[in-house]
Amino acid sequence: MSKRIELKSLDVYYKAFLAVEDVSMVIEPKAITAFIGPSGCGKSTLIRTLNRMHEVIPGARVEGQLLMDGEDVYGPDVDPVRVRRQVGMVFQRPNPFPTMSIKDNVLSGYKLNNSRMSKAEAEEITEKALVGANLWNEVKDRLEKPGSGLSGGQQQRLCIARAIAVEPDVILMDEPTSALDPISTAAIEDLAVELKEHFTVVIVTHNMQQASRISDMTAFFNIAGSGLPGKLIEYDKTEKVFSNPTEQQTEDYVSGRFG
Amino acid sequence: MTDTKPKAVRRLGDVVFANLAFFAGVSILATLATVAAFLFAQSVPAFTGPPIDAASEGFFSYVLPFVFGTVYASVIGLAIATPLAIGIALYISHFANRKFAQVLGYAVDLLAAIPSVVYGLWGILVLAPFLSPTFNWLNENLGWIPIFAGQVSATGRTMLTVGIVLAIMVLPIMAALIREIFLQTPRLHEEAALALGATRWEMIKMAVLPFGRPGIISAAMLGLGRALGETMAVAMVLSPAAVVSFAVLTSTNSNTIAANIALQFPEAGGNYTNLLIATGLVLFAITMVVNMIARWVISRRAEFSGAN
Repeated sequence: MSKRIELKSLDVYYKAFLAVEDVSMVIEPKAITAFIGPSGCGKSTLIRTLNRMHEVIPGARVEGQLLMDGEDVYGPDVDPVRVRRQVGMVFQRPNPFPTMSIKDNVLSGYKLNNSRMSKAEAEEITEKALVGANLWNEVKDRLEKPGSGLSGGQQQRLCIARAIAVEPDVILMDEPTSALDPISTAAIEDLAVELKEHFTVVIVTHNMQQASRISDMTAFFNIAGSGLPGKLIEYDKTEKVFSNPTEQQTEDYVSGRFG
Repeated sequence: MTDTKPKAVRRLGDVVFANLAFFAGVSILATLATVAAFLFAQSVPAFTGPPIDAASEGFFSYVLPFVFGTVYASVIGLAIATPLAIGIALYISHFANRKFAQVLGYAVDLLAAIPSVVYGLWGILVLAPFLSPTFNWLNENLGWIPIFAGQVSATGRTMLTVGIVLAIMVLPIMAALIREIFLQTPRLHEEAALALGATRWEMIKMAVLPFGRPGIISAAMLGLGRALGETMAVAMVLSPAAVVSFAVLTSTNSNTIAANIALQFPEAGGNYTNLLIATGLVLFAITMVVNMIARWVISRRAEFSGAN
């Protein structure tokens, strides 16, 4: 399953501080949408509103509408826990649970929904998710070993396996390669491209080459100055944003004139 | 062949500090060795001297009830204190709002500062009479469970009362330590759990508790250490007898080693003093064994500790 996400004049706050102002956009299913922009422009903040992780921070809130296949994610009787089970997330730094084995890490999300599963079922899910994350061949002989013993790139793919094991509709990646070396980065990028066959993929990245390499759509965010809210400046097909942007700010950023 | 390796620069500050740290470390070992040597040396006359009336059947049958009492009282105390301490720590670290958590944190620290003799008085004068009706109820309704069987103590000065007093005494240090551990759970792991769709409690089960496990064990061992050695409160509250009994509601309870030493020492003469010191040596050994077990438990899963 893969869902279309629609943001309608979304404002994101930390207490009284408006961090991201008036974002309206449609994120297409079965595609990679990249959020780019300078530090502090609110792209990480915005991606965290898509699975309601933003509100984990005290005082953080959202105004406006966020629809997932037409359903209001911030509706009055929507449980954020339910939302997060449909929207997987991969973080900036790999964060497998250090106290769990590789296998338990993969199953950790799945177990939340299904406390009872047979051994065969568990093995099948583990293999499927690890194959999906291009990690199976590297770890199949040490599934009972701790996840923290893997390399950084492997850990990040383990986190992706953990996210896709629950078969979500959307995968959010918040700068997933910023802590990784170029080879691990390439592995994650290839994986992201494979993932869009099944999921809606949203990726925040500081790396413009990465955005141009893998994404179908690119959203450029910017801030006018510190203390001011981040805004969506331009949102279009990736080729267009990188080769022939409409806005001057976008052009300056993608051509490396600032940021 | 000449040595061409450049010499490491030795800075005065580094040398001074390294030596200071070294002596601080050694002083611990020296103190421990001195205490152990004293206990050993002073214990010997208990076995070589003339027979002692109090231990007419030999040292081991003399000390056995006390060993039992010591361990039993501490285990009861710990069994009550550990879940409570985890609960308090979780509440302070993850549920209470910041201001209230601070107040609660101070209150817990304050509890740790109360001298044990005050706990003893409180145990006799307040807790024992207060618990008496509960003990009767437990005996009537749950008397089929062996630990609640027997003739209920009229005064309430029983093993269970002592266990509860000990629990309250070790609670602050345990709660404070565990709270610190829980606060150090990496935000990254908590968010990983939440992003998977864990509820707050599931997040705690997935990220906070496993991460804090070695810390919880360490805290429990510190608490156990204090409970094992606690003297005044036990000596004041418990009505002792030289028996080995699991019943926690009766007036014949096994005394603890420390309390027995405190009660007997003023009247002890000759090599009876040495006998008491020998029981102290046994307490020393118990504490060491407990700590070794704890170390082993923690190291057994070091790979999964989250420290790497």
